[in-house]
Amino acid sequence: MKKAIDILAEFLRGVGQAQYFLAATLAATPRALAKPHLIAQQIYSVGVLSMVITVISGMFIGMVLGLQGYRTLVGFGAEESLGVFVALVVVRELGPVVTALLFAGRAGSALTAEIGLMRATDQLSAMEMMAVDPMQRVVAPRFFAGFVAMPLLAAIFCVMAIGIAGGYAIGVELLGVDAGSYWSQIRAQVEMDDIWNGVVKSLVFGAVVSWIAVFQGYHAAPNSEGVSRATRNTVVMSSLAILALDFVLTAFMFKID
Amino acid sequence: MQSRALELLVGFFFCLGVAAIFILTFKVASVNGVGSGPAYRVVATFENIGGLKNGSAVTLAGVKIGRVRDIVIDRATFEARATLEIAAEYDNIPKDTIAKILTAGLLGEQYVGLEPGGDEQSLKDGDTIRLTQSAVVLENLIGQFLAGKAQEGAK
Repeated sequence: MKKAIDILAEFLRGVGQAQYFLAATLAATPRALAKPHLIAQQIYSVGVLSMVITVISGMFIGMVLGLQGYRTLVGFGAEESLGVFVALVVVRELGPVVTALLFAGRAGSALTAEIGLMRATDQLSAMEMMAVDPMQRVVAPRFFAGFVAMPLLAAIFCVMAIGIAGGYAIGVELLGVDAGSYWSQIRAQVEMDDIWNGVVKSLVFGAVVSWIAVFQGYHAAPNSEGVSRATRNTVVMSSLAILALDFVLTAFMFKID
Repeated sequence: MQSRALELLVGFFFCLGVAAIFILTFKVASVNGVGSGPAYRVVATFENIGGLKNGSAVTLAGVKIGRVRDIVIDRATFEARATLEIAAEYDNIPKDTIAKILTAGLLGEQYVGLEPGGDEQSLKDGDTIRLTQSAVVLENLIGQFLAGKAQEGAK
């Protein structure tokens, strides 16, 4: 019983720390923006380096949606609607969600390990000794870069999945759906709101994944086991947060219509 | 030098991402002029609007020329008052035009189809379309069919 209360207290303390940490990060962000080269470097490591995996996953998701959608739709004689099917699924759901999951695995875990190792090797303490604020120098640029890079990656993912390399390649080139009706149906059925919903989702996911990643790294126990645990926590927590938030956001977005 | 290459890559990534968002908005979403440019509004009352929704299409000869903007109940007549927003370039639609609620395909979405009449005067902002035809409700249709069959049987 005592142990259960301890675990609960520890959990609540973690949640509280995370809130403080987010507030501190946001407070440090304006000052970090004054050093754009730091942010550019982080956008490079979380954004540019995640691009290859995003593009390839986008292609395969688009292709598999093309195949699955075609098999189902052709039974109703509605295979001309394949484009709408692929576009709506990708723009509303899979684009932001799958990109965020990849982002958590590829960029989030790297962020946590990097900051955790800085903590373990006393680099963060050394910065404080030199009167350099690690929140401003290390944490804020990484958080901000994740926030900016996520929507861009999600957009690239969506274009790859819908376009020439994804659903279009399978639907039009391989299965013989008419190219004109593929695009015209997409344009007739996909609304601007769908795209905004996707962008909002990816912004939220980007912020949450970056938040979890920098928090876990910053508060990692300063030894090799602590860093490994923090990295694992980042991936697990981010994935759960993404899926749960996706449900909440989707319910909310359907409500406003 | 290393930092220059890095900035170049970041810039490339940024442009690619922004380009992707632009492709999504212009190639994928429907940003044709209808519903965003200047428009005027007319009102049409229907006994039953079926599945017509806010945002449903308004078409003329099959071409989309506007959207349904608002649907309210008329408190006096208990009819549905639908406000139709029509793009300003279609300003010569005759006053005695008929507004029908039609269905795209057998089970598809419902939309308003306009059939132009022959009046010299044309619809202006705030006008009311007098001639309307309600949505076809499948249950009523089946009811009529069964009633007809029953009459036949009685003969």
